[in-house]
Amino acid sequence: MKPNPEQYTATARTAVADPVLQKALAGLQDRFGRGTALAYQQLPEGPDLRHVAHDIRMDAIQHLDSLLDELAGNFRKNGGQVYFAQDAKDAVAYCLKVAQENNVKRVVKGKSMVTEEIRLNDALDDAGIEALETDLGEYIIQLANEGPSHLIAPAVHKSKEDVGRLFTEKLGIDYTDDPPSLTRVARKALREKFLAADMGLSGCNLACAETGHITTVSNEGNIRMASTLPRIHMVFMGMERIAARLQDLDILLRLLCRGAAAQKLGTYVSHISGPASPDNLDGPEQLHLVILDNGRSKMLADPDFREMLCCIRCAACLNVCPVYGKIGGHSYGFAYSGPVGAVVTPLLIGINRAADLCQGETLCGACQNACPVNIDIPRMLLLLRAKLADGDEKWQVSRRSSLEKAAYQFWARIMQNRRTYDLAVDAAQLLQRFLPTNRGMLRFLPPPFNGWTKSRDMQPLAAETFAQWWKANQKGDAHGKR
Amino acid sequence: MKPKATLFIQCIVDSVFPKVGQSMVRVLDRLGVSMNYPSDQTCCGQPAFNSGYRGEARGAAKRFIEIFEDAETIVCPSGSCVSMVRNHYSDLFENDHRWLERARHVAGKTFEFSEFLVDILKVENVGASFEKRVTYHDSCHLMRGIGVSRQPRTLIANVNGVDFVEMHDADRCCGFGGAFSFKYPDISTAMLEDKVRNIEASGAGVVVGCDMGCLMNIQGMLNRKNANIKTMHIAELLDHETQS
Ligand code: SF4
Repeated sequence: MKPNPEQYTATARTAVADPVLQKALAGLQDRFGRGTALAYQQLPEGPDLRHVAHDIRMDAIQHLDSLLDELAGNFRKNGGQVYFAQDAKDAVAYCLKVAQENNVKRVVKGKSMVTEEIRLNDALDDAGIEALETDLGEYIIQLANEGPSHLIAPAVHKSKEDVGRLFTEKLGIDYTDDPPSLTRVARKALREKFLAADMGLSGCNLACAETGHITTVSNEGNIRMASTLPRIHMVFMGMERIAARLQDLDILLRLLCRGAAAQKLGTYVSHISGPASPDNLDGPEQLHLVILDNGRSKMLADPDFREMLCCIRCAACLNVCPVYGKIGGHSYGFAYSGPVGAVVTPLLIGINRAADLCQGETLCGACQNACPVNIDIPRMLLLLRAKLADGDEKWQVSRRSSLEKAAYQFWARIMQNRRTYDLAVDAAQLLQRFLPTNRGMLRFLPPPFNGWTKSRDMQPLAAETFAQWWKANQKGDAHGKR
Repeated sequence: MKPKATLFIQCIVDSVFPKVGQSMVRVLDRLGVSMNYPSDQTCCGQPAFNSGYRGEARGAAKRFIEIFEDAETIVCPSGSCVSMVRNHYSDLFENDHRWLERARHVAGKTFEFSEFLVDILKVENVGASFEKRVTYHDSCHLMRGIGVSRQPRTLIANVNGVDFVEMHDADRCCGFGGAFSFKYPDISTAMLEDKVRNIEASGAGVVVGCDMGCLMNIQGMLNRKNANIKTMHIAELLDHETQS
């Protein structure tokens, strides 16, 4: 899927009008949004563990260079191979190189948003290598040739009827929309692929520098199969997904599972430290770790946005965001959706390109409250908006609208002085007389405010401002009333 | 000694909903608060700040600080304006030590109306009565920005005759978001429809809130739908048929 955050408004418009999607999103948020809040309350350490986790993450991010060195050193010591990839192209090239050197024809994948980010499937496809998603949700959207619409539940936008039709068409089964039957069909198809695969790909929920191992979490067991059955296992991780010590990893892992699915622990948590060796016969022959930068260094270099690297991609913020809950993941036009996508996508692929992602939220703050590492997402949305308002050299942002700038300059002039403010109110009062009304309210506002009156009326300006009322009613001394 | 309050009446209450300000004055007056109102005030700068226009917001913020810094206590009938002063003035002046100090000083004594009543004046019952079923909408910046949700509920529940019911998802955003509401009308409308549905399902005849931005949004759709539900700022509720 090519990124298309430019289509935010248009895709959102379709999404809000789709009753099936609306029901799915409401169901998702009802279940996980609430469940996660409760799960934090029930933490043995209490919900404030989120703040501890924020410090742990910030500390790791501040020391990222040395921690990555430590991780790479220990990972290699355990027999694994490490590759630092500058960007998407670099990461893809490494994967293809390893695949070709080892004569890989079939690849099975565990769910990994980083590989969505670098569009690895397209590249493997072009190279004639079959890459099969094995997470049920990812499998479904791969069959449908769509992108994920949620970090953890990538096919949340699909109803069971959609999946039934899709399986009938693509897998040639008789139509059913019974979820257990559909799961069985997928399971059978996937099982054969697992056994035949030459290479397994997975993401990495967290890596631990101290031990040099990576941790994956899934509820389907597919990552465990993808990482152990094939000869080669390649792990993709964003360079920020690191915990310094095992004790940090423990805290983050517990919060991750609560944030992602309101679970105390995911069903399958794997700690993977190395390939098979003479005294440890389990595991693949080769284990590769690809550590991806792809724009993250730039975030790291900017103190304003460094905090975003604390993100552990749990999707808790998606599960509470009232905007995501209406527009769904595809509107964000990239692998990452919801509040996390609204900050990460502009930073990764361009703030101007993703301008609507920065501006199309209400700053309600539900995301931060839900975040297991308490990331201040609204703060960063505001900073992104500031870059769009006035341009920014460092991030190569050009001013989004000179007209809007002029409007706010004009606004600032008016607000700088009570007399001009009063004049503006008088003028608006005069103008509003020409507008149509409904039950005492304005039924139509002129552009740019006409969006408001598409679905709502507007209270007109009052005949007398509070200031005028105060002046007329004030009886007290010079210092104030009474 | 009489408690003092310097009134900050944000632009939309001043020009669109002056009655809310008047109610607040009457409620505070009955509680024996001595008030003053700096007549040259305009806006705290929030609209510009939220849209990214920090230079323009800074101008308004400086003006606000100059006007209000000598006040003992500043009271405002809006959670989002208070959140702006309390949480975001420091963002505006992070590179300007002198102004940052002054901003912090003002922020420390600026309170939202219901917060002022309950936390500062220690008043939980103002003696109002209102014989209707009422529900309450948590405005985002009030609740998550400055942590006020218990105070208005306490005040409402103590109004004589009120049948207070919680709506489903009371703390979920109504879709206002300032400029968001007209820049992204489809998304905003979809969010608001949920809110209105929850209000209707509560069976309340009145939805009370502490922020006129959100209430204006909700009222706008209720009116368009010819619904029989009214919006009310908490100051208006507390000003209702107060017993002497
Ligand atoms: S921002 Fe927080 S809540 Fe959202 S995905 Fe990242 S860690 Fe999870």
